[in-house]
Amino acid sequence: MIFKTAVEMADALAKKEVSSVELTQSHLDRIAAVDGDVKAFLHVDSEGALAQAAAVDGDRAAGKKVSPLAGIPLALKDVLAQKGVPTTAGSKILQGWKPPYDSTVVSKLKDAGVVILGKTNMDEFAMGSSTENSGYGPTFNPWDLTRTPGGSSGGSAAAVSAFEAPLAIGSDTGGSIRQPAALTGIVGVRPTYGAVSRYGLIAYSSSLDQAGPFGRTVLDTAMLHEVMAGYDSHDATSINAPVPAVVAAAKSGDVKGMKIGVIKQLQGEGYQKGVQTRFTESLDLLASLGAEIVEVDCPSFEFALAAYYLIAPSECSSNLARFDAMRYGLRTGDEGGASAEAVMAATRDAGFGREVKRRIIIGTYALSSGYYDAYYGSAQKIRTLIIQDYAKAFAAADVLVSPTAPTTAYKIGEKVDDPMAMYLGDVATIPVNLAGICGMSLPAGLADEDNLPVGFQIMAPAMQDQRLYQAGAALEAALSSKWGGTLITKAPALAGGTR
Amino acid sequence: MALNYDEVVAKYNPVLGLEVHVELNTESKMFCSCSTIFGAEPNTQTCPVCLALPGALPVVNEKAIESSIKIGLALNCSIAPYSRFARKNYFYPDMPKNFQISQYDEPICFDGFVDVEIDTEEGPKQFRIEIERVHMEEDTGKSLHVGGATGRIHGADYSLLDYNRAGIPLVEIVTKIVPGTGKYAPEVAKAYVAELRDILRGLGVSDVKMEQGSLRCDANVSLMLKDATELGTRSETKNVNSLRSVERAIRGEMLRHAEILENGGKVKQETRHFQEDTGLTRSGRSKEQAEDYRYFPDPDLVPVKPDAAWIETLRAQLPERPSIRRKRLQEQWAVPDKEFAAMVNADVLDIVEETVLLGADPTKARTWWLGEVSRIANDKGVAIQELAITPAHVAELIKLVASGELTDKLARQVVEGVVAGEGTPSEVVAKRGIKVVNDDGALMAAIEKVCAAQADTAEKVRGGHLPAAGALIGAVMKETAGQADAAKVRELLLKYLGQ
Repeated sequence: MIFKTAVEMADALAKKEVSSVELTQSHLDRIAAVDGDVKAFLHVDSEGALAQAAAVDGDRAAGKKVSPLAGIPLALKDVLAQKGVPTTAGSKILQGWKPPYDSTVVSKLKDAGVVILGKTNMDEFAMGSSTENSGYGPTFNPWDLTRTPGGSSGGSAAAVSAFEAPLAIGSDTGGSIRQPAALTGIVGVRPTYGAVSRYGLIAYSSSLDQAGPFGRTVLDTAMLHEVMAGYDSHDATSINAPVPAVVAAAKSGDVKGMKIGVIKQLQGEGYQKGVQTRFTESLDLLASLGAEIVEVDCPSFEFALAAYYLIAPSECSSNLARFDAMRYGLRTGDEGGASAEAVMAATRDAGFGREVKRRIIIGTYALSSGYYDAYYGSAQKIRTLIIQDYAKAFAAADVLVSPTAPTTAYKIGEKVDDPMAMYLGDVATIPVNLAGICGMSLPAGLADEDNLPVGFQIMAPAMQDQRLYQAGAALEAALSSKWGGTLITKAPALAGGTR
Repeated sequence: MALNYDEVVAKYNPVLGLEVHVELNTESKMFCSCSTIFGAEPNTQTCPVCLALPGALPVVNEKAIESSIKIGLALNCSIAPYSRFARKNYFYPDMPKNFQISQYDEPICFDGFVDVEIDTEEGPKQFRIEIERVHMEEDTGKSLHVGGATGRIHGADYSLLDYNRAGIPLVEIVTKIVPGTGKYAPEVAKAYVAELRDILRGLGVSDVKMEQGSLRCDANVSLMLKDATELGTRSETKNVNSLRSVERAIRGEMLRHAEILENGGKVKQETRHFQEDTGLTRSGRSKEQAEDYRYFPDPDLVPVKPDAAWIETLRAQLPERPSIRRKRLQEQWAVPDKEFAAMVNADVLDIVEETVLLGADPTKARTWWLGEVSRIANDKGVAIQELAITPAHVAELIKLVASGELTDKLARQVVEGVVAGEGTPSEVVAKRGIKVVNDDGALMAAIEKVCAAQADTAEKVRGGHLPAAGALIGAVMKETAGQADAAKVRELLLKYLGQ
């Protein structure tokens, strides 16, 4: 059962072929069997998950109407607050903290009867692209345990890829859902900024952060998208509009007459050969399904990475100031009459990892008086130019496409000492975040040179998220019929697993 | 060498700058729905937002925006069609996020003025105080430093934090520099703060209780030689929490600056704290190295864009301006200038008006509040509004005197009782058994007794020496426990002694 899609599991639950408790237990068993190798989870909440599953089973037995995903297990990125369950954002500074409240996303999941299996590993405060910056050790890519699953939502992506959960939630500030989805051969969507409430999402960069769904198919992902999105009065940046009809779009999967724009700046040099090949093949496939392929020019994208690495650190330098040992989390150095200031400094020194410190320092500098205009100010101008580039491109095309990441999954440790090389991996995903629009990554096959998954990225204008699913479902169907199943079904077996 | 005040103002021109913080009286906090009621148990009025728990987000209180716009309109300001909140970043334990949400270069109201009038040797004189800006921000929590000699952070054994106040909406009203007030600088400043307080009270947007900190004034003072063109170095005095203190603090700072300058020294640009007991200021933190607050627009909040029609609706609802109200009341009550000024000074205008509105005679109402009740307040060292006696009590008292049920002297006893919490005037009369003795028989008995006891004095009166009657009347009053009407006693006594 665990190797099925979420939609198939939901169907089995509805037909009472399996109970949610059984389904949940088999996922907990899978986690017990393989997570020692994958290390996708920071915390498994067996008790809470089984209780939630039993409640859904009870509702179903009592003939109550339940939502389509009721009883389906899910893995939650540790960046989202869940009442009473340890929530650390992958940082030592929050070790042991149990939120007294639920994030809006968690409330919506609970309302829909989705069973939360536990909290998944991530780069500390979502800063990173390989999950190696976690304060609790890295997560390993189920396709090749010597490689990273990408990041920062590497734990969630690995959990879905390793069949530890059919669905997962991640967050995407610069590509943190799409890039790990690409590297683990699954589907990941970063919804439009403001489409999913950020209330309870531990902030890295407020103007860029957005939670979103992972699934093994486009339709599964759409089902979760529909549950987690929607207006929330607790988030001032939340968009007060109906959730786009993503499930209907994923079911239709028609690209006939759709204009698909290929971004000139996001291909070619710097992209691994096998990545480029699978990308081009997918384009041809879309064209054969009746889509019209055009090329679009986005000249400002050249500066996107630089702008991102000023805006995100600036906002994080302020967002992370609250971790000061005064009210919650780690507290060290509080002896011998140490001042509050000394305790704050000692705690932050001990609790934050290197990458987090690096970004806090960069951001503090970029916001300093005398440097603000040159750094933060200029970055905001680039952001405006990128928005304009997208506006022009979307006038010529319904969706835009590119490879999700320039390379396939790299080895653990390969780029940890070279932050610039790591940052370059986000070059194709970051423009979406800067413009506040939506993007999807779905599997385009395996690269010839390393047999590792390649991601195909689709981008759509703000609040046109359904277009991602429409184009994504069409491509997925075409690729699956070519492969005889989705790419994930070709993943190698894990020790301790049945395959 | 120290100059006296007259010498200081003969040689130097003072320049003022006043920053007034006003706590708005909204039911909930600036960015969350916590209660704002003053005096609750520490940390009982908090939530994930105002405690800055990971993931929590602020949402602007619309009522606070409305109050801010009303204030701006009442101060003749322009209202910004677009303004933003910014983060002011600095670490302090009583500030949960370690940044304060404030407005920086985009305040909601700007460019206004307030006219104030003070009494001078040359008669009443008007000064215009120009307002630079009115902006919104949130209050911090409170630190209580325990142990040590001074109650200050240095030398304290430990500190306690109360976050009930954290996030209470504040409006800061900042003047442009105020030159040209000369020797009247302290009085002009006091009159300005008093005028602001009256305006804010009239608007109903704040409790404006300086003693509770809902209205706080920071006074910037500098001195420049009469022929100088450049401003002198300023000091900023905080903690000024009464009208009288505003005046004292500025006068004190003028004297202190002059003494430094006369001795060839340089005034340090610094924050100073006013001390109520000595009337002096003490040095706080030095501002020589301006702190870098790394302001940037708060990405969690959206711009404030008040609708023009709404602003006009609020403008149309503005109450009568305090200066106009004062003129109206003075005319209606026919109060001479000097006495009216005394009423304004004693801050009894509102109470007298309420008393009059309850049917009391304006002159009698004024006499009671400004006389007996003020005297009691002064003796107790509290504000007149803090006494248990209300306008309704005074109105009732005036009625009792007018109907002859009380004499003025007895009424004063009743006031004492009301202030002591014994109830309404009628209740005090009943409880204390106070009544005017009008029974001629009882009075005659007392008169006969007194005249027999003081036969010599009685004989003098009988002989036409009327001043001697005073002693006898006094004795009769004593005999009747002060409950007799003295005029009546005199009449009966003289008749009895053949006069």
